[in-house]
This record gives sequence, C-alpha cells and structure tokens, in this order.
Amino acid sequence: MGGYTSQELTAIFVMQGFSGLSLFCVFLLMALGLAIIFGQMGVINMAHGEFLTLGAYITWMVSELATQTWPWMQDFYFPLAVVLAFAGTFILGYLVEMLLIRRLYSRPLDTLLATWGLGLILQQIYRSTFGPREVSVTMPDWLMGSWAPTDIIDIPLNGLLVMGITAMMTLLVVILLYRSRWGIKVRATTQNRAMANAAGINTQRVDRFTFALGCGIAGVAGAAFTTIASTGPTTGSLYIVDTFLVVVFGGAASLLGTVVSAFGIAQSQSILEFFLSGSMAKVITLLTVVGILMFRPQGLFASKVRR
Amino acid sequence: MLTVSDLRVSYGMSEVIHGINLEVGENETVAIMGRNGMGKTTLFKSLIGMIPCSGGEITFNDKKLSKLQSYQRVASGIAYVPQGRMVFPSLTVEENIMAGLEVTGRRKVPDDIYELFPVLLEMRHRKAGNLSGGQQQQLAIGRALAADPKVLLLDEPTEGIQPSIIKQLATTLNEIKQLRKISIVVSEQVLSFALNVADRMLVIDKGQIVHEAVGEQIDRAHISSYLSV
Repeated sequence: MGGYTSQELTAIFVMQGFSGLSLFCVFLLMALGLAIIFGQMGVINMAHGEFLTLGAYITWMVSELATQTWPWMQDFYFPLAVVLAFAGTFILGYLVEMLLIRRLYSRPLDTLLATWGLGLILQQIYRSTFGPREVSVTMPDWLMGSWAPTDIIDIPLNGLLVMGITAMMTLLVVILLYRSRWGIKVRATTQNRAMANAAGINTQRVDRFTFALGCGIAGVAGAAFTTIASTGPTTGSLYIVDTFLVVVFGGAASLLGTVVSAFGIAQSQSILEFFLSGSMAKVITLLTVVGILMFRPQGLFASKVRR
Repeated sequence: MLTVSDLRVSYGMSEVIHGINLEVGENETVAIMGRNGMGKTTLFKSLIGMIPCSGGEITFNDKKLSKLQSYQRVASGIAYVPQGRMVFPSLTVEENIMAGLEVTGRRKVPDDIYELFPVLLEMRHRKAGNLSGGQQQQLAIGRALAADPKVLLLDEPTEGIQPSIIKQLATTLNEIKQLRKISIVVSEQVLSFALNVADRMLVIDKGQIVHEAVGEQIDRAHISSYLSV
C-alpha cells in the first residue's frame, strides 16, 4: 500500500477511523432526528440540515458572546450552547409542524417540496443575517489539543467531546422511545395512526412533539458540528443526502439500524478518503449501499413481526 | 345513554349509511347483524370517529360527539375494538394495554384485565404481532377496556377465530358486562354467537336498520334469512 510501513498504516487507520467517528457522530445525531420524524409521520424533512445549521449558528452566537462580552464564561459556554441550540431548534420545529407540516400529512410529495422550500428560505435567512462567509467558534482551552497514546497517533479532544454528546443523546432517545409512556404513544402512532387515535391517544400532540424533538436533536448535532468544522449558510444541506442514506440503509424506525448504518457509512467514507479522492470514496460507499439495498430493500434491521 | 339519530355516512359522493337511528341503554348488549357490505364497519368507524359523518348526530350522556376526534370520544367513555383486531404489532402486549390506558392517566394495567384474559398476563412481554388471532382479539378487547369505557364497540369479534374460542369469547363478553356494568354494541354475522350475548338485536341492510327484536322475541329463522345470501 503506497509505501507506508505497517506501523504507519495502523496509525492511519486509527486516526482516520477516529475522524470517521466524528463524522459518524454528526450523521447519527442528524439521522436520529430524521428517523423518528420519518418513522412516525412518514414526513421527509428536507429542511433537516437547516436545523443543524441553526444549532451551529446558535452555538457560534453563544461563543461570540462568551469571548467578547463575558470572557469569564469562555471555559463553560459550551454546555450552555448545546442546551440553547436544542431549545432554539425545538421551538422552530414546533412552529414549523404547527404552521406547515400538520396541513400536509398524507401528502408526501407536497411535504417534500414544502420542506425543501423551507430549507431554501432558512438558508437565505442565515445568509442575510450572518453573512455568506463561514464562521467558526472560539473553542475553550480545555477542548484544544489532542491525546497522543503513541508517537504517531493523535486523537483530538474535541472529537472525544462530540462522541460523548452523541452517546448521551442516543441513550436519551432510546430511553424516551422504549422506556417512557411518551415512547409507547409514539410507537403506537407510528404503527397505526388512526387506531392509536381510536385507542385514546392524542396523535396530533404526539406528532408535534416528535417533530420538534427530531429538530432539537438536529440542533444538538449542529452544536457538536461546530467543534469539528466551520459553519456556513449551506452547511446543513451538505449533510442531508448522506443522512437520508443512513436512514434508508438502516431501515426506517429502527434505532439500532440507524446507529449501525451511520457507523458503516461514516467509516468507509473517512478511511477510503485517505487513500482515494473524496469523490471516489463517495462513489464506492454509494455503490456498496445501493448493492446491499437491492438485496435488503427494507434496510439493515427491520423488526420481525407479523403485520 | 348512547343515542345515534339520523346518522349519514358517505364515501365521496356515495352515501353508505342512510340515516340510522340507534339507542343503547345502560348495561345492555346490542347486536347489529348484517351481511358483508351492508355498512356494519362503516357504522362503527363513524361512531368512534375514524370516518366523519355527513349528517345526523351522535350523543353520549347529552354530549355531542359528531365533531370530536377519536381520542376525545374515547375519553368521554366509548372504546372500540376494530374488525381485524389492529393491535400494535411491534409493541409488547403490556405496552398495547398501556396505550389504551392513556386517556385515564393511570400508569398500571388494572388487575381485572389480566383476570379476564390470563393469557395476556402470561405473554405480556411478547410482541403483539406474534400472538395468534384469538390472543390478539383478547388483547384488542383488553386495550379497549383499559380506557375505562361505558360503552364498548366490537366490530365482528368472531372473524377468523376458531369455534371453541368463539364460545369462550361470548362468555367473556357477558362477564365483562356483569363486572364492569357497561353496555356493549357488537356487529356480527355469526348468529349463534350473537344469540349468546345480545339483549337486543338489530339487522342492518344496505345502510339502514330493517329489523329489530328484543330478548324473547328474537326470531332465529327470520334473522338468518337476512344473513344468508
């Protein structure tokens, strides 16, 4: 392999693998929100990437505030930014469901177009508000630098933080869906909306909350994203296709499937990118996914019950 | 208690239910008999609000239901067991019942549901989709009872269920009526089952009630003439 020693190769795999893990985290956080929204309402939210961007801009604003107005906050602003990013995108998601999505249920093509349009509107709003140039947050000192287990392996600390946030959010979603009363309502509505309503569940409220929560998770993804790359108005739309790939590949409404497929796609992308060009890496990943989906159209993991 | 007056239901331009009047008293079982395609399921779906009615009024204890959503009707005391069971397949048995508990605000499955259907207790951690047809039917009734209804609507509960279980189902329904002091409205094609549970029998034909008989006056031969093709 191109004149690398075996030691160097290991180091490359570990480091590329780790940068793949950071990518995996962003994919997973995006896909989680998309999967619960798509799984429950059958709504394909083309504006999901813009919710990530909003989360990223909120984080950036908090960071600006922390560096310029209240310097003492600089070390601690990040957790606050995550919470605010979640809250901001949750509220926007709630409003979007109420004003737009709710009127378009059972019209999948119309929702596709409407959310795409919403995405464009949001992008332009970001461009007018924050300018077309990419911004990056000022990271607190404790997030700078890296952890070096051997001489030639460097693991960046911010990547570790992103992984922590992702693990926490995933766990939270799993608990909400499978261990809470709200989860029962969501899953019942997912399986049969009319019957869930006739069993006494206020499905409208469940839908609204689910949509808002999915958007909120995208906001957290945005906050995590700022620590590994800079943010521009179209940042989110760069990720939306990959995220849809993750959701479809994993099997809609299967959380485990979403995790596994996010991992697979992010890792193959990141490791192939080092040896080939970025677009070739994408081509190979896409071909593999398409090939597998031809044999398993229901996705990697679909629950096995009689229907 | 439950009053349906001049109820009309249409699919698009074609009217399927042509002005049905129906009165269900307290602690009474009413059987609605009719062949396939006569409007039984449509009637039930419009009672619970899965399809809107185009005319008439449904009142329950002086409360008008016609404009309410399904879950609000459930909250006011009507529960529904649909044709074909429609349990939530990938939820466990216990979660299915808890979905029905939602309107009451309670968190624990009431003991009497498991007493009525011991098989549900045994299988409470199984996915509902993996239960047999008869077990799913019991689960669908259990889920409806969890909402603490005053009126239980059952749409063709015997469909696709073996004869020995059908007998048992009739016993259970009578038991539920006794224990919970509720009214039951059941649609049926199986006359023997209906005779076992009903205090009163109505025959629906082409979207209209064409015959009604109470208790002793129920004439087996006359009603089965409506049911045969």
